[in-house]
Amino acid sequence: MGQIAFLLNGDPIVLSDISPTTTLLDWLRESRGLTGTKEGCNEGDCGTCTVMVTDAKGARSVNACILFLPQLHGKAVRTVEGVSGPEGQLHPVQQAMVDHHGSQCGFCTPGFVVSMACGHLNGRTDFDDVLAGNLCRCTGYAPIVRAAEAAAAEPVPGWMTEDLSKLDGLGGEKNDFALPKSSDELAAWYAEHPDAVLVGGATDVGLWVTKALRDLPEVAFLGGVEDLKYIRTGDDRVTIGAVTPVTDVGTAMAGLHPSFAEMIRRYGSVQVRNAATIGGNIANGSPIGDSPPALIALGATLHLRKGDARRELPLEEFFIDYGKQDRAKGEFVEAVSFPRQPDRLRCYKLSKRFDQDISAVCGCFNIIVEDGKVADARIAFGGMAGVPKRAGHVEAAITGKPWLQDTVEAAAEAWAQDFSPLSDMRASAEYRLKAARNMLMRYFLEDTGALPRVLEVQP
Amino acid sequence: MSVATALPHDAAALHVTGRARYIDDIPVPAGTLSLAFGLSTIARGNIVSMDLSAVRAAPGVVAVLTAGDLPASNDVSPSAHDEPMLAEGEVFYLGQPLFLVIAETHLAARKAARLGKVEYEELPALLTIDDALAANSRFENGPVIWSKGDVAAALAAAPHVIEGAIEMGGQEHFYLEGQAALALPQEGGDMVVHSSTQHPTEIQHKVAEALGVPMHSVRVETRRMGGGFGGKESQGNALACSCAVAARLTGRPCKMRYDRDDDMTITGKRHDFRITYRVGFDDDGRLSGVDFVQYCRCGWSMDLSLPVADRAMLHADNAYFLPAARIESHRLKTHTQSATAYRGFGGPQGVVGIERVVDHVAHALGKDSLEVRRINFYRGMEDAGGPAPQTPRDISDQKKLAEPVDGSHRDLASRGSVGAVDEAPGGAVAEDAPGVQTTPYHMAVEDFVLHEMLEELLDSSGYAARRAEVAAWNAANPVLKKGIALTPVKFGISFTLTHLNQAGALVHVYQDGSIHMNHGGTEMGQGLFQKVAQVAAARFGVPLEMVKITATDTGKVPNTSATAASSGSDLNGMAVKAACDEIRGRMAEFLAAEHQSEPEAVSFADGRVAVAGAEYSFGEAAAKCYAGRVSLSATGFYKTPKLNWDRVKGTGRPFFYFAHGAAVTEVVIDTLTGENRILRCDILHDVGTSLNPALDIGQIEGGYVQGAGWLTMEELVWDAKGRLTTHAPSTYKIPACSDRPAVFNVDLWSAGRNREDTIYRSKAVGEPPFMLGVAAFMALSDAVAACGDVYPALDAPATPERILAAVERVRSA
Repeated sequence: MGQIAFLLNGDPIVLSDISPTTTLLDWLRESRGLTGTKEGCNEGDCGTCTVMVTDAKGARSVNACILFLPQLHGKAVRTVEGVSGPEGQLHPVQQAMVDHHGSQCGFCTPGFVVSMACGHLNGRTDFDDVLAGNLCRCTGYAPIVRAAEAAAAEPVPGWMTEDLSKLDGLGGEKNDFALPKSSDELAAWYAEHPDAVLVGGATDVGLWVTKALRDLPEVAFLGGVEDLKYIRTGDDRVTIGAVTPVTDVGTAMAGLHPSFAEMIRRYGSVQVRNAATIGGNIANGSPIGDSPPALIALGATLHLRKGDARRELPLEEFFIDYGKQDRAKGEFVEAVSFPRQPDRLRCYKLSKRFDQDISAVCGCFNIIVEDGKVADARIAFGGMAGVPKRAGHVEAAITGKPWLQDTVEAAAEAWAQDFSPLSDMRASAEYRLKAARNMLMRYFLEDTGALPRVLEVQP
Repeated sequence: MSVATALPHDAAALHVTGRARYIDDIPVPAGTLSLAFGLSTIARGNIVSMDLSAVRAAPGVVAVLTAGDLPASNDVSPSAHDEPMLAEGEVFYLGQPLFLVIAETHLAARKAARLGKVEYEELPALLTIDDALAANSRFENGPVIWSKGDVAAALAAAPHVIEGAIEMGGQEHFYLEGQAALALPQEGGDMVVHSSTQHPTEIQHKVAEALGVPMHSVRVETRRMGGGFGGKESQGNALACSCAVAARLTGRPCKMRYDRDDDMTITGKRHDFRITYRVGFDDDGRLSGVDFVQYCRCGWSMDLSLPVADRAMLHADNAYFLPAARIESHRLKTHTQSATAYRGFGGPQGVVGIERVVDHVAHALGKDSLEVRRINFYRGMEDAGGPAPQTPRDISDQKKLAEPVDGSHRDLASRGSVGAVDEAPGGAVAEDAPGVQTTPYHMAVEDFVLHEMLEELLDSSGYAARRAEVAAWNAANPVLKKGIALTPVKFGISFTLTHLNQAGALVHVYQDGSIHMNHGGTEMGQGLFQKVAQVAAARFGVPLEMVKITATDTGKVPNTSATAASSGSDLNGMAVKAACDEIRGRMAEFLAAEHQSEPEAVSFADGRVAVAGAEYSFGEAAAKCYAGRVSLSATGFYKTPKLNWDRVKGTGRPFFYFAHGAAVTEVVIDTLTGENRILRCDILHDVGTSLNPALDIGQIEGGYVQGAGWLTMEELVWDAKGRLTTHAPSTYKIPACSDRPAVFNVDLWSAGRNREDTIYRSKAVGEPPFMLGVAAFMALSDAVAACGDVYPALDAPATPERILAAVERVRSA
């Protein structure tokens, strides 16, 4: 139980005695009667519950179904009800949705409207990406995109502006869940509560609650740990604070490693990337998390902290086995870093759907060629083992060899030495192995020719 | 005139502001309870014991019910009475409801429902088509066989014969609003039920059975669904009945909505099929005979599987004249979710079967598949000629039907009430009249318009030039291959259970001239209410705002059919028209008498009523009629004419007419990974004279994307124990925004006009465009075929994995 404060559609709300695992969606619908925000999947995959959350860094769309109320402390929430004006005036995206027949059954519509309004506020016109986290089963999306295009040039209505100063001095006291404001505060608290659950963006932990129906006895919400939200691009290293949203990682990678940025564009959805943190994506140890293979291929180092003790290790060594990481009780991920290097990284994310789909196989290749020979190779995969894993035998098979198609083909046998993947609902073991092998060929062909990817082909 | 106008959906402003109410948004009285099912964790077995003490002790739990606690019927099947709401000792699929938790909140009910301790005696489960065939596990005693001509002779005489098979997966509806119901107990044991259903009358019927009361004690209301697609034709019964029973037992309102994972685990989906074929053809690709075997995986209960399988047979020809055809249909019973209605209702599976055949034939002859498609088209209308064929008497509802297992009444309003055929059909099949092209079920095709449509589409899509560009691309690119295909659709419109082709309406004109409209159709996003309101406004010559759209209500219009089979506008539009015309006729008669004129001379237009030089606003006219003691309320009724169908023999005219369309789709595939993408789609579709072009285009765009999704990325996977492992959007992938074709041109056929007397000569549009998505699949086949000489024989869904496997097959030879 605890006390928090946030703005709801412009008005300050102070909540006492809330359970830390009450989701914003349930609270909106059940306690506030704001039923415009819908539950479609209760796991962050359909976007019907999309709301806009604004803090000092700006407005972002997130999924309310896996957002816990304490995560909103000090922020502003705007639901579909608040996208219309105080006198009921339609927002330009709402009017455009009516005019362009963007709704049929209407159930997904509020979520689309909020995503569109948020994208509109931020001046975005990459509509396919802005809307990748909103599923519609009726329209086939074409009229929704037409609506978004039509509204793009309209000014942002004044009522969309949030006045966070209304929250000054409100809430934040007497919490029995932790809302640390710095990494030092977090380190001290976590050392005292080593069995607690750390919640970054809750895009994974949220499902423990909404799907596994778990209760979380002790929780710390990391959203306020501002000193772990950074991306430092130095001359030698790039260092990313653990609480940095994945969205921001994508933005930073665009200039350094564009293929990584493109993979992050397809990682989850806008809503998920806005909530998810890079530290969470690493610390949860998922064998199919997308950022670890890329970071491993870049030679990343993981920075851990427990109390005042810090240590670091190569990222691949953090993943010991399925569900098991090299992390002590009370120890948390503080940052991940990797050396500055010429961009040789290419990421290949295979899934049944391009956007917002968990990878069947995610292969990341960083192959250095000098004088026509492979000088160094770092190849890492998600979806091929119980952990994100390097392809050591393949790396060895090509290192020192001429960078030729024969070399790639000669490495074919090494793949099975590195990986014996599983068959599951995403892909068969056979496909995974075959596709992984072919990814190296694709890397070679892209490197030595001008082989486009299917997403780059224009109609 | 309000018809033929591209007006927005009637609820668009409510949708975009979040004010449109769905079941879970309806404000409920204090004390409303929430329900959840406890589910079986095995696919097949006997329940040895159920220890529900922890469930009962869980926080917030008010009561827990098992089958023995129910007050009356324990059946939620649409007809065959083979689907217990709560298991009775036996378990037939993983996810079957075993017990019902009644709790103070939705979350409390969900949490408690997981606490049941159930011991099973596990038995081997039949999960696949092959399992069921090996065990001869099926509905009906043997396969249903329809035939036309002598296929064996046709194949024997054919210059070429090929054979093959295609597997196609099922499909989750993924309506964004999950199943939901709310029951409000009334005085005297009556019950009001709000249900997210396409079939309020069936909900009424099943709730009445569950409570042991006559249908008049139950009133069902449905304002809108957050998507249906067939998944809310029969699948809402369990929730509505549970709510009603729980409300009866507790005396409190009860609400139930499935969490998404439960929804996908419990409810039925599209039937997956295997279709094998042998086809004979000449050097030009002209088909002389096709022998199809359709294997249809129905799941554990009958539900609507028999008419679904029938419709797959009825579309085994799609747009092609088959001089001889034999279609054998196996309806297989497995221990999986009971497959149910899904947009197209078996039609898409039948269409994919024949489109595969045509594609295969074209490949065998080295021709563009378009050429083979066109040469096999039915003749056009101008060439149809010949005398009308002799159609047999409709005996579909008179023949011997298998009785429900518990002897209770069949739900005649369900498509499932066709009943199983347990005796082999006898008697001779009627000969087709000479000179008339008939379908494999002996219906003359008299309204075939695809020749004309194709000319337009080939031109607008630039097909010929693009076919050449694709070939050039493929010659130049070893890794990325493109494919292009044009596929047509000819879809039969009418319920194949003839008596369902009826509809009622109730229209009131109030003394201020405002109009209250009610009919039996339900709104699931398709815009039915708006189309029908446009009809009402047109009949009275008033602006659309004068017409109030209301929730579908079994207390206002009784004995309705499901809003299904694309029939909503055809049936309900005509019923509302009839009611409006009745009232208008009374008004005209009264006003004419007042003004010494004739009723025919009274005009209703532009919100005015003109009679013998006098002119009134519609409101003034209504007030005058009221004062003149004229009844301003009327029912309307409509039944589709010309239908005549014998499903036992497979002969007759099951359809009033055919709707047509065609799509050209271009795709690109990556032969290293199997990744693929739709680059462009051009569609020309026939909606007759459109009632609302905007809504019709919406159905076509949405139908195409949903159809393409079925055949490309949407994959249902069960594990070896019968557990559906794709039970949430994290694992089951419907198309997302960027999956729509990058270039997407959709046109209504401007020359379209229904030659049959439908509402304003429009045509049904709900299902037919779904099958336009087949073009994407055939384009993928074309792209794979560019990798070698062997026929790709691609199965569906064409995931990257299946495409890569097909590429390797084609290359390995």
